[in-house]
Amino acid sequence: MDRKIRVLIAKPGLDGHDRGAKVITRALRDAGMEVIYTGLRQTPEMIAEAALQEDVDAVGLSILSGAHMALVPRVMELLRANGQEDVLVFVGGIIPEEDVPPLLEMGVHAVYGPGTPTGAVAEDIQKSVAARAA
Amino acid sequence: MDLADSVLQGERLALARLITQVENQTTAGRRALDRLFPHTGKAHLVGVTGSPGAGKSSLVNKLALAFRHPATGEPPRRVAIVAVDPSSPFTGGAVLGDRVRMRDLAGDPGIFIRSMASRGALGGLSASTAAVVQVLDAAGFDLVLIETVGAGQSEVDIARLAHTTIVVEAPGMGDDIQAIKAGILEIADILVVNKADKTGVEHTERALRAMLELARPEKMPYTGSQHPPQHEELDENEWWMPPVLRVIATEGAGIREVAQAIRDHGEFLRHTGLWVQRDRERLESELQTLIRSVLMYRWRRGVSEDLYQDVLTRLVERSLSPYQAVDELVGMPVE
Repeated sequence: MDRKIRVLIAKPGLDGHDRGAKVITRALRDAGMEVIYTGLRQTPEMIAEAALQEDVDAVGLSILSGAHMALVPRVMELLRANGQEDVLVFVGGIIPEEDVPPLLEMGVHAVYGPGTPTGAVAEDIQKSVAARAA
Repeated sequence: MDLADSVLQGERLALARLITQVENQTTAGRRALDRLFPHTGKAHLVGVTGSPGAGKSSLVNKLALAFRHPATGEPPRRVAIVAVDPSSPFTGGAVLGDRVRMRDLAGDPGIFIRSMASRGALGGLSASTAAVVQVLDAAGFDLVLIETVGAGQSEVDIARLAHTTIVVEAPGMGDDIQAIKAGILEIADILVVNKADKTGVEHTERALRAMLELARPEKMPYTGSQHPPQHEELDENEWWMPPVLRVIATEGAGIREVAQAIRDHGEFLRHTGLWVQRDRERLESELQTLIRSVLMYRWRRGVSEDLYQDVLTRLVERSLSPYQAVDELVGMPVE
């Protein structure tokens, strides 16, 4: 049976703009993935817990509040502590260019800024998950 | 140590990974299920169904809280939740959004929530939901709440899987005729009228009660004198009258009563012997489903693609009837 890619889309932090998260959720669904959408204002603890229970292949974090340098490392740390270091983490939203290299350094797979074609995101996730599973 | 052992020891990551294996129907998953099966049969399986937007997820959220933090005297229960949402018939993708309403449950190690896509199954669950529920049962959860996809009238698979089925309705969803149609309302052990702060709640409640009375006239409390009851005197304890309960799930109003009805129904099933009977029916239906898929698989392996396509073509050309086609491919059973 073909293995479905499962992705958690989460919005950590306090900003209330979830349009981007919903757009990517829909796009990944249309690419044939199973997308677990958790809604607004998730703590890193809630995100890591959901990622574990749902046994996802990837976690997408949408952050527009500017708190990414605090939230992303915390999520990465919790995933690792739970034994899910193999989960692909990607970030979307408003991320200043100078913050991208340190995020990648800490193990984030990719940062997709505004304007990234959703099809490209889906393709990248599909390829990377397949590569990690191999 | 394999996944099954780790699951029995309560490891959550192992549990999550095994559920994936079972959901994908892998050989490893099947082997683990063989190991775990003797540990199943303990959990109370509670189905929650109803139309999209009726408030199933919100109800499940508050019910899980009620069983985690019961009123005095009751021990807290370990609660697993399986929430099924539909897969796209076109891409196979799915958006699983039931967790949005379950944020109150975060951070509690006595709770485990798993979202599942229906993956093409039409009965309101997915083909592997029953197996996933078995894994959670073996993992030691006392209560498994199974939320179906937003159901219409005939997605009644849940009644075969669960011990107790809750049907959630909300005001304004149809008239009295909807209530006497066959299907979803028939399977309810507990009827919940959610959004009880909305107008029309009395009407909905009345329609449901009327439906229950029509469905089981012989079981209504006997009051008249001219017509003796058709059945032997039924002991109060031997039949179950589905309660109709009003709740406001988002606020938690009426939830304790629903939790109590679940406990009462479990108690009722146990002392009437229906618990064992439902278990048998459930396992029989699972057995038949498996036999069907294995026979199908074996048959398909024994028929060449050329023959299959040839018969299909002759069927399309009307030179064979569907029955004749089956005869060619399988051999019709002797009368």
